Amino acid sequence: MKIYKYGDNVDTDVIIPARYLNAPDKKSLASHCMEDIDAGFASSVEAGDIVVGGSNFGCGSSREHAPLAIKACGVKCVIAKSFARIFYRNAINIGFPILECPEAVDGISPGDQVSVDFGTGVIVNESTGARFQAAPFPEFVNGIIEHGGLLKSLKARGVAK
Amino acid sequence: MGMTMTQKILARSAGLASVEAGQLIEGKLDLVLGNDITTPVAITEFEKAGLSSVFDRDKIAIVLDHSTPCKDIKSAQLCAACRQFAKKHAITHFYDVGRMGIEHALLPEQGLTAPGEVIIGADSHTCTYGALGAFSTGVGSTDMAAGMATGLAWFKVPSAIRVNLVGKLGRFVSGKDVILHLIGMIGVDGALYQSLEFTGEGVASLEMDDRFTICNMAIEAGAKNGIFPIDDKTLDYLKGRVDREFTTFEADPDAQYAQELTIDLSALRPTVAFPHLPSNTRTVDEAAGKPIQQVVIGSCTNGRLKDLREAADVLRGRKVADGVRCIVIPATQQIYLDAMAEDLVADFIQAGAVVSTPTCGPCLGGHMGVLSDGEWAVSTTNRNFVGRMGPTSSMIILASPAVAAASAVTGVLTDPASL
Repeated sequence: MKIYKYGDNVDTDVIIPARYLNAPDKKSLASHCMEDIDAGFASSVEAGDIVVGGSNFGCGSSREHAPLAIKACGVKCVIAKSFARIFYRNAINIGFPILECPEAVDGISPGDQVSVDFGTGVIVNESTGARFQAAPFPEFVNGIIEHGGLLKSLKARGVAK
Repeated sequence: MGMTMTQKILARSAGLASVEAGQLIEGKLDLVLGNDITTPVAITEFEKAGLSSVFDRDKIAIVLDHSTPCKDIKSAQLCAACRQFAKKHAITHFYDVGRMGIEHALLPEQGLTAPGEVIIGADSHTCTYGALGAFSTGVGSTDMAAGMATGLAWFKVPSAIRVNLVGKLGRFVSGKDVILHLIGMIGVDGALYQSLEFTGEGVASLEMDDRFTICNMAIEAGAKNGIFPIDDKTLDYLKGRVDREFTTFEADPDAQYAQELTIDLSALRPTVAFPHLPSNTRTVDEAAGKPIQQVVIGSCTNGRLKDLREAADVLRGRKVADGVRCIVIPATQQIYLDAMAEDLVADFIQAGAVVSTPTCGPCLGGHMGVLSDGEWAVSTTNRNFVGRMGPTSSMIILASPAVAAASAVTGVLTDPASL
């Protein structure tokens, strides 16, 4: 696995530029993911890689295409100091794991091997041995993630038919 | 413990006597909005989940505004998908070319948003309707799909920053300068997960179009929503537009705020944001003189009648500078008609600007004014991120309509008072 590390305020326009929103299929979104911040990302990213960001990750547009694009690349999760709120709920709603953990962001460098336990929120930098605890999700949110997304959880609850 | 205005609206939507910051609730929705970029993704999710019907065909608005009139085949296919869905579910408030406008100018104009209502939209600038004392917030396409199916959305109850407005705006200073100044003060994540609640004696002097602009860019400070108290100007605006009953809320006197700020409107100068963040602000006095190649006057932030009047007042009898393209985009068909009736459209065309049909177009680098390599624009839009209006080497300065128009005349970033 590889780490892709970026700074603060990674916005949804650089995660998936608006010029590609006219083709919202997963393959197309994945092929242009991070294009305006890291032109080599889409061609080098592999399943199981982790994206690490600073504060306010995913700010800007409400486009769900942003977490969809990252997920479609096979990225395992995003770890950031904080997330912009629409990106945060979009990731939860599509069942894509995100972890808020400033200490982990400071303690992970490109090239490190990192493992994540989504159940406990424990992040381990296997290269340095450092261990970090991400903020846990509230039970309600865990329910959405466990069902694999908002619509599946609403259906399971019998709210959506 | 007292509640903020936002908390009171959310409590009612969840059927609770009170709520507190951090609480997770499920609220009943008064309106669910989507556009031609976000609705197709919502439709895919809706159908993939095997959902069969919408909760209320009168409480869904689908507005084809981003890539319309369609810029390419793929956009046309997305619009066609929206059209089919709207027809299949007999969506009452479906706005296609000819009736559509930029969603956040159109919905209030058409009376689809009212005080006390809870509105989600699959567009980040849905926070605009807080100007009318509604709780409105941007969400994603899955939330839109769930909202269309159930009429419900989950929310984490936000804490609030109280922004106390005092004084009165001076000449050539508008709502855009207020919100850019505020974002410059607190940063692009300064209100993350929070409400921006505007209050104080300065509110009364702000026109509705200024309040829409201010709430519109609450998201650019990371806020969940922006909200204004309801006063005579609000009620005047609603007259003839909203005939259903609505409830007005005000913050409790003992409401708790995470932070309190004061902005003296009379001390504000025209304010601009340099690349590549809306928080990278300076006054026009500090930044004037930067050469530019394009001016955009429009968008959900600044495409309303007051904005066009302020731009026309500067452009009237003057000419757009050689080497500058000036693009004016009235946000709705009604605003376009009003601008024609007031001869503003003639002012723009005689000055050498172009006037476009309503569209989000250039704001997100879609069409109708995409930049080339290394070009600089002064734009009344809301984001100046890398690559937002063109290639990653293009640059956007965010500004008010008056500053944008003055800059079009001189070809450099200009204080309108200096003309």
